[in-house]
Amino acid sequence: MRNPQLNSNGELHHLLTIEGLPRAIIERILTTADSFINVASREVKNVPLLRGTAVFNLFFEHSTRTRTTFEIAARRLSADVFNLDITRSSTSKGESLLDTINNLTAMQADMFVVRHATSGAPYLIAQHVAPHIHVINAGDGRHAHPTQGLLDMYTIRHYKREFANLRVAIVGDILHSRVARSDIHALTTLGVPEVRAVGPLTLLPSGLEEMGVRVCTRLEEGIKDADVIIMLRLQNERMRGALLPSAQEFFRNYGLTPDKLRLAKPDAIVMHPGPMNRGVEIDSHVADGAQSVILPQVTFGIAVRMAVLSIAASSQRMQ
Amino acid sequence: MRIAIRNGRVIDPASGHDAIADLFIADGRIAAIGAEPPGFKADRTIDAHGLIVAPGLVDLCARMREPGAEGALKVEMRAALAGGVTGVVCPPDTDPPLDEPGLVRMLRQRSREAAGARLYPLGALTAGLAGEALAEIETLHEVGCVAFMHTRALPHDNSVLLQAMRYAKTFDLPLWLRPVEDTLAGSGVAAAGPVAGRLGLPSVPVAAETVALHTVFELQRAAGNPRVHLARLSSAAGVELVRRAKRDGLPVTADVGIHHVHLIDVDIGYFDSNYRLDPPLRSQRDRDAIVAGLADGTIDAICSDHTPVGEDDKLLPFGEAAPGATALETLLPLVLKWAGRAKVPLVRALGKVTSDAARVLGEPTGRLAIGAKADIVMFDPSVPWRVVPEALVSDGKDTPFAGHELEGRARFTLVGGEVRFERR
Repeated sequence: MRNPQLNSNGELHHLLTIEGLPRAIIERILTTADSFINVASREVKNVPLLRGTAVFNLFFEHSTRTRTTFEIAARRLSADVFNLDITRSSTSKGESLLDTINNLTAMQADMFVVRHATSGAPYLIAQHVAPHIHVINAGDGRHAHPTQGLLDMYTIRHYKREFANLRVAIVGDILHSRVARSDIHALTTLGVPEVRAVGPLTLLPSGLEEMGVRVCTRLEEGIKDADVIIMLRLQNERMRGALLPSAQEFFRNYGLTPDKLRLAKPDAIVMHPGPMNRGVEIDSHVADGAQSVILPQVTFGIAVRMAVLSIAASSQRMQ
Repeated sequence: MRIAIRNGRVIDPASGHDAIADLFIADGRIAAIGAEPPGFKADRTIDAHGLIVAPGLVDLCARMREPGAEGALKVEMRAALAGGVTGVVCPPDTDPPLDEPGLVRMLRQRSREAAGARLYPLGALTAGLAGEALAEIETLHEVGCVAFMHTRALPHDNSVLLQAMRYAKTFDLPLWLRPVEDTLAGSGVAAAGPVAGRLGLPSVPVAAETVALHTVFELQRAAGNPRVHLARLSSAAGVELVRRAKRDGLPVTADVGIHHVHLIDVDIGYFDSNYRLDPPLRSQRDRDAIVAGLADGTIDAICSDHTPVGEDDKLLPFGEAAPGATALETLLPLVLKWAGRAKVPLVRALGKVTSDAARVLGEPTGRLAIGAKADIVMFDPSVPWRVVPEALVSDGKDTPFAGHELEGRARFTLVGGEVRFERR
C-alpha cells in the first residue's frame, strides 16, 4: 500500500502520522528545525519561505495551544493564516467533512492543518484534496499527533544528543493518547532501544509489544533508570466507562512526584505535551523543577512546526 | 415453458452430483437430470458448455432496503439475480422494522411483483427491535416469516431473551441471533488487537462475541432447547464455542459473512472505510479458524451480509462511516475463491450457499432434485472480471473488493423455471 504521505519522489507531501515515515525524513525535519530555532531569537522573526501560501487551520476539535503554535509557525514563515473553528454542532447541522474541505479549497487554500476527534479523518481529507494541497495532521482522535511526536524527539535530541542508548518511559493514559502513539513510532524509528509504556491495564491499548514497547503496570518499574520520562495528561473527556476510580488514586500510583523521580537517572528529563493536570499525573515540584523541560518543548514546537510546514510546502505535487 | 439445459457441469451439493449432464425443466420444476424425458419438446435450449449448472444461491442475509427506501427492492432483487442468487433472506432491521404482519404481507407482495429472487423475510423477535417486548412472532410466522431475529447484538435484557426463547420454543420457531454482547462491544468500530491499537480506533474485544455465545447457550438450555441460528461469527474463540455446543447436542447452526472468510484487520490499511464491517474484521488466526470451521461443518453456511450503504455514509472517517458492504454480486466469485484457496471441492463448497443454507432456513430449496422448483444458476467459474462499483447493479457501490479482479460470474439465473437474468 503506497504511503499516502509521500509523493512519487518520496518527498513529504502530507504529514499524517509518524508511523511508516522514513527515518531520513524525520531527521531532515529535526535538522531543519535547528535552523528555525535561530530565527526565533532574532529581531525580525520572519522568513519568507511560505509567502503567498494560504494555510487554513481547520480545527474540528477545540484547541488553543496547538492552533496558536501552528499559527505562529505559519506567520513566521510569512504565510497567510486563516483559522476555522468548526465545532461539532455546525458539522452536525449537515455539512459533511468533505463538503467543508471542498468549499475551502475553492477559497484557494494551499495547506490544511487539521485537528479532528475521529481517528483517520486527515487520511480521508488527504485522499480527496487536489494534488497541490498539503494536509498536516494536528491530531486525529487517538491515532496520531505527528508534530507533537516530532517536537518531543527534537527535545530529547537537544538534551540527550543520541537516541541509541536511551531508556524512555511514557506514562499515563496511553489508550486514548495520540501523542503516545506518535512518540512510540518516532522513538522506535529513531532507534531508541527501550521504550516503556506505563499505566494501569485499563489505560493500555493492545498491540504495544508489536509496536516494540515494553509494558509496565507499575510506575516504579517503568521509570527505573529512565533517561526520559514523558508524562501524559489524564484525559477526562476521552474516558468512557469504568477505567479508573479517581484522579487521586491515579496520582497515588502513577503520579510523578520528586520521590518517584529519584528512581530514574539523576539527569533524566521530564516532558509533558501539555496541558498539565497538576496533582493528577504530575506533582508541581516536578513540573517546575530542574529536570522539567516542559516549557522548552513549547518553544521547540514552533521551530518543528515551521520545519514541517516548509518541507511539506516545498514538495512537488502529488502524482 | 420447457427448457433444456445441455452440456453443463451439473453440481448439486445435496446429492453430491458433479458431472456433465443435461437438465430439463417443465412447469417451473426440474423434470429430469441426465436422460431426456421421452417426448420432451423444449421451448428453449441453452447450451451450458463450459458452465456450471447449480442450484440458485440461497443467501442467508441480504438487505433489500424495503420497507424504507421506495423502489429499492426491485433494484436489489436484480442485483441478486445478477449474482446468481435465487433465494434471499432479509433481516428485520428495515425502516420500520418487520414486526407487523401487514408490513410482511406488503413486502412479500412487492417481492412477487419484482419477480426477482424468492424472498424469505425474517421477523423481528421483539417489538420495534427494541429488545423489551415480544413481537407477535406466531402471527408473523403465519404471514410468511421463516424465523425471528434480533439484529446487531443480543437483546440487552437477558430475561427478555430467555422468555423470547421459551415463547419461540412453544411454536417451534427458530431464533436468529447476532452473538454480540453490546456493552462489551460498546462503541467499538474495529476488532481489539494491534491494528486497532495502532490506528487508535475504539475496539470490540473478542469477549463481546464469546460472552454472548455463552449467554445464548445457557439460556437455550434453560428454555428447553429452541433452535438458534448464530448470525455472523467473527472469531476463533467463537467458532470453538459453537463447535463445543454442537458436540453437546444443542440445536444450533451458524453462518459467517463472506468478507470474513477472506479479509482481516490489517486490510483496513489507512482507515479505508470499505473495510468498516459489522462484526469487524479480525486477525489472521481468526480467519484461519473460520476457514477450518467451514471445513468441519461447525459453520453451516456463508452469507453475503449484503448491506447497500449510501456513498455519503462511507465518505466519512472510518469510525463514523456506516458499516457494511454491497455483496450480492461478489458472493459467488468470493465463494469460488475460498474454495480454490482452501482446496474444497466445488460440490461441497457450493453447499455452503445452497443446500446447507437451505437446511438452516428450513426451506425445500437449494437443490437440484426431480420435482424441485427450478431455481438454478448457470455460471462460468473462471471468467475474470473487474469489480467496478459504478457498474454494479445494486444501489450499494461500496465493497472492499472494488477494483479487484475476481473469477466467476453468473450467466443465467432461473427462478421457478423462468430465466430472470441473462448476461450477454
